[in-house]
Amino acid sequence: MAIHKVCGVETEYGIITRGFDANPVVASSVLVNAYAGNFPQLTGWDFADESPALDARGFVLDDAFPPEVETHLVNSVLTNGARYYVDHAHPEVSTPECTSASQVVLFDRAAEEVIRRSATSANEKLPSGHEIVLYKNNSDGKGNSYGCHENYLVDRNLPFGRLAGLITGHFVTRQVFTGAGKVGCEQPGRGSTAVPYQLTQRADFFEEEIGLETTLKRPIVNTRDEPHCNPNLYRRLHVIVGDANMSEVATFLKVGTTAIVLAMIEDDVLPYNMQLAKPLQAITAVSHDPTLGATVERVNGQRLTALEFQFLLLECAEKYAQQYGLACVDDARGTGEGELILARWKQVLEGLEHDPPSMSHIVDWVAKKRLVDGLASRHNLSPGHAKLKAIDLQYHDMRPERCLAQRVGLETMWSADAVAAAVTEPPTTTRAFFRGKCLLKWPNDVVAANWDSLVFDIGDEPLRRVPMMEPLRGTRAIVGALIDSATSPRELINMLGAGASETSGFVDPGMY
Amino acid sequence: MAERIKKQRGERGNDDADVSESASPAADTGRSEKLKAELDGLLDEIDEVLESNAEDFVKSYVQKGGE
Repeated sequence: MAIHKVCGVETEYGIITRGFDANPVVASSVLVNAYAGNFPQLTGWDFADESPALDARGFVLDDAFPPEVETHLVNSVLTNGARYYVDHAHPEVSTPECTSASQVVLFDRAAEEVIRRSATSANEKLPSGHEIVLYKNNSDGKGNSYGCHENYLVDRNLPFGRLAGLITGHFVTRQVFTGAGKVGCEQPGRGSTAVPYQLTQRADFFEEEIGLETTLKRPIVNTRDEPHCNPNLYRRLHVIVGDANMSEVATFLKVGTTAIVLAMIEDDVLPYNMQLAKPLQAITAVSHDPTLGATVERVNGQRLTALEFQFLLLECAEKYAQQYGLACVDDARGTGEGELILARWKQVLEGLEHDPPSMSHIVDWVAKKRLVDGLASRHNLSPGHAKLKAIDLQYHDMRPERCLAQRVGLETMWSADAVAAAVTEPPTTTRAFFRGKCLLKWPNDVVAANWDSLVFDIGDEPLRRVPMMEPLRGTRAIVGALIDSATSPRELINMLGAGASETSGFVDPGMY
Repeated sequence: MAERIKKQRGERGNDDADVSESASPAADTGRSEKLKAELDGLLDEIDEVLESNAEDFVKSYVQKGGE
């Protein structure tokens, strides 16, 4: 049976300064520090176990990642279990580990809220007329792209080649509902005349079918093999091909459908002929055709539209649900998440098939296109006009009063109160609970944290590292009572170490 | 999940029933006029909040590649 699809997203935000010039690394650092400054006890990130150059195909790439010391300077762990940092020249938030697509939506919304609060704090400190503004998009329209990456826990026993071959078809065709929309085209030699509008922000930037890079020669399937958990049992599939979504339901569908397709691949129920013959050609063909008429070719020679391909995947998923159940995408509370994903998946495919504009409350590219087409027709603007490109950018503006996505009637899944709570409280169903709750209770004693361990300062003894190699342990059910009853980190570690390791799921804490 | 808001279809979210009900030309006209009025209102808002110098704004929006 497929293992539980623990998942999360990491989003790099576009950043500009108004009224003053600043290097984006500096501006991003000001932003993260402004937020961290509100919480003086915020804990630093621990890089001891990071290895982004390991390849899932089994080798290590030398010199692929030159040390970038400056990106390590501003890095913090939030009490909701998220990581907030400066990556290259962008502020980035990684959600905590989640057990369902709905949870990912909630913590992605919380990440947006962290970004907004950071901007407010930073701008209060800047001189009048100076402002830092953030955008949740993936391209500047000039050939520069930054990512919204998804992560899924995958069984280590699944051969990576099979996984890559079969998931590619989904990555190429899911664009019909995951696309955030883009005015124009950034492929060399093609501009707004050839492609006035396309489904996704990202499709123009993919040059390989499979590979380790994320910044140059980007691959549809990324092979970074850095599981951040027990490497003998698990992989973390690092997905770089998607857009950042403003629509909550689009994020829900993006993560939910991908989790189900991965489960089907793990259980070997997805037919091998669901692989594409020419994925690189297909990914741009699909994105560049908002009429949804573009076809892709399967390895068996059949040509079909992205929507038709998606209907086939949905059909497989419905059969899979009947035979195997969908517990592996549920958030461990039996909320019927799997059925909800299937229902919304069907709804969006049928809507796009019969009447695409009717999906403007769910699909970002549809909502944005309505604005772009409407303004072009009102003012008689030609394709690629600056006003249309401004709509494209401003759809993603993080300032509520400027954000166009907030005006188009997008459906929401979570209330503002739930989002506000998720800014500080971790999910209860993964090890993020342990990370977040320890930070909440002992902010001054956790000296470093990363995905798979916490380091405590317990006074006169050496620092103690608590490994968390199992993403589904360290949950409220397993360690909630322990954390509640412990009166100090020392006591907690003693409880974890002395006979509690079976229940906590953690190995005895070792010396740091 | 108590905190999850009950799913609400936006005004533009017409389900299958709506589509079949609006099969008559008169109903179709009514629906499309409503959509047009709604879009007009939205475009009025856009005209108001869109960056006043779109050309400068678009030109100055330059990012470094990330990831």
